[in-house]
Amino acid sequence: MQRSFITRNPSVLIFLALLALFTLGVTVLSEAFGIGLISTSYVKVLGKTLCLALVAVAMDLVWGYCGILSLGHFAFFGLGGYMIGMWLMYERTRDIVVGALAEAPIPPTEQEIVDGIGTQIFGVVGSNEFPLIWSFADSLTLQLALVVVVPGTLALIFGWLAFRSRVNDVYLSILTQAMTLALALYLFQNDSGLRGNNGLSGLQNLPGVEQPQSHVSMWFLWASALALGLGYLLSAWIVAGKFGSVIRGIRDNEARVRFLGYSVETYKLTVFTLTACIAGIAGALYYPQAGIINPAEVAPITSIYLAAWVAIGGRGRLYGAVLGAVFVSLVSSWFTGGKAPDIPLGIYTVQWVDWWLVLLGLSFVAVTLFAPKGLGGLVDLWVERRSPNRHGADLGPDLGSLREKEASQ
Amino acid sequence: MSALLEISGVSVSFDGFRAINNLSFQIAEAELRAIIGPNGAGKTTFMDIVTGKTRPDEGRVVWGDRSMSLVGMSEAQIARVGIGRKFQKPTVFEDQTVADNLLLALRKPRGPLAVLLFRPTTADLDRVAELSTEIGLESALARKAGELSHGQKQWLEIGMLLAQEPRLLLVDEPAAGMTPEEREHTTSILVDAAKTRAVVVVEHDMEFVRRLNCRVTVLHEGAVLAEGSLDHVTRNADVIDVYLGR
Repeated sequence: MQRSFITRNPSVLIFLALLALFTLGVTVLSEAFGIGLISTSYVKVLGKTLCLALVAVAMDLVWGYCGILSLGHFAFFGLGGYMIGMWLMYERTRDIVVGALAEAPIPPTEQEIVDGIGTQIFGVVGSNEFPLIWSFADSLTLQLALVVVVPGTLALIFGWLAFRSRVNDVYLSILTQAMTLALALYLFQNDSGLRGNNGLSGLQNLPGVEQPQSHVSMWFLWASALALGLGYLLSAWIVAGKFGSVIRGIRDNEARVRFLGYSVETYKLTVFTLTACIAGIAGALYYPQAGIINPAEVAPITSIYLAAWVAIGGRGRLYGAVLGAVFVSLVSSWFTGGKAPDIPLGIYTVQWVDWWLVLLGLSFVAVTLFAPKGLGGLVDLWVERRSPNRHGADLGPDLGSLREKEASQ
Repeated sequence: MSALLEISGVSVSFDGFRAINNLSFQIAEAELRAIIGPNGAGKTTFMDIVTGKTRPDEGRVVWGDRSMSLVGMSEAQIARVGIGRKFQKPTVFEDQTVADNLLLALRKPRGPLAVLLFRPTTADLDRVAELSTEIGLESALARKAGELSHGQKQWLEIGMLLAQEPRLLLVDEPAAGMTPEEREHTTSILVDAAKTRAVVVVEHDMEFVRRLNCRVTVLHEGAVLAEGSLDHVTRNADVIDVYLGR
């Protein structure tokens, strides 16, 4: 007897329904399409949060399910952002340059336009030449492909080297930190070709789009919600089947899986690369909403935050990762946004802007020690109250007690 | 009777210590064999070499009718040609159900894509049910493996090995920590399994080996000291000296 994927995993349907409800709610309350209760800047915060939730799902897949504590997935997220940012910046600057040169008595040649774009973009790092990596920047299709291809290839090469040598546990985590640090340091250089520490900016402006930001922000929110929904569905489908069984086996006892005849390295590499691609997509949706990307975004600490979100949300369950990312990033923006009231202690005043990280660190430790299931564990409490899982045994001391079946009705 | 697995002249040392010293060993199809020996005799290293975990410094490990060399193959590849291994400590996937554990072990394509698209057929589920009856866990199929008792976990692991349909089964101390009844059940599972495939049992417990009623190989300092029936080897003077006499 085979039941369908959804009936075996009711949480997927609940999650998708809540996501749809959320998106609909924001739309109705937005300035562009509704009654205007939510400001455009807050729509962007919510849209970005959905992207963070998507990369958290990827992190949960690689860490919570496959047991690879990657502390480098924000490198893939950032790379996705850079790839889409290149196109946005190029086309936007092109519009400006064409507009400026239109005044000239002689129509500009194609080469003059390209030179003009180069001067505009790279003037800030003292150059006007397009580096090789910008070769495809004028093609949306190719840059969109690179959003997936570049993080995927980096993950494939890095993962192949690391997993083949059987680097595991904390050593692998340190290697991934080194990877993201190396990427950040490289991008910080002016001659890396991605504008050094200035990063790419003005990404919120879509080339050729006349609509105001209030509309654009809603489009991105919808796109982010769609990407999160699809990413969640894909991840849930992957972990629900035998593939999920294998990667959870790798997490719990790698050697055993190997002796069952599964090539552990291939599976790890598959999951690592796939999640890097998902992270790239999430980044490509995030940075146009943020408007700017610079190398600090792929600094090692960002990937550690990602792990903290997943741990606080509850790893090993996809909705836990979403809960953690949404909860922690929204609370974090509340605390660091200066909205949290200061606590005067007489001799010292606790200012949350400074103390928020301490609170985050403490809650990370507390969750690890006292509630390893994280926020997702709260869902368990609710579900178990509703339907106790007694494997068919009765619930009470004698036969007159409630049966498992009755209790769940 | 041709040999299924033939090991000849194998040596391996760790940091100068010779764990296996010019070891030669053969086992035929559908043969049950017990390997005994004092601690440090190289029993576990022997299994590591056969299953690809440890690479021998010298010597040959040859498998099957086509005389395939196992040296240099990965653990997963060796498992796929038909060698199953049971660890000393029961190692099952505690977070997954008994049925999932067995499904994972079923002899099916092991590539990521095939596994991703795999959906169990009725035949697969029937096979799982059949196996669970064989190991006495038919009523526990939906339970998480972590909830099982120590003995049940050992059986589940043996069941997983049988699901792999290996031609050679390597079993490390299957009876450790079992009650007498559980031992009896384990003996019968192993003797049954050996009717259709080769089974090598590494064991400390003489009583258990006696009940298996099979050929015995005695290892000592990484080499074969004696081979034959249990009565034969226990009368061997060398064996008494190094092992039984202590």
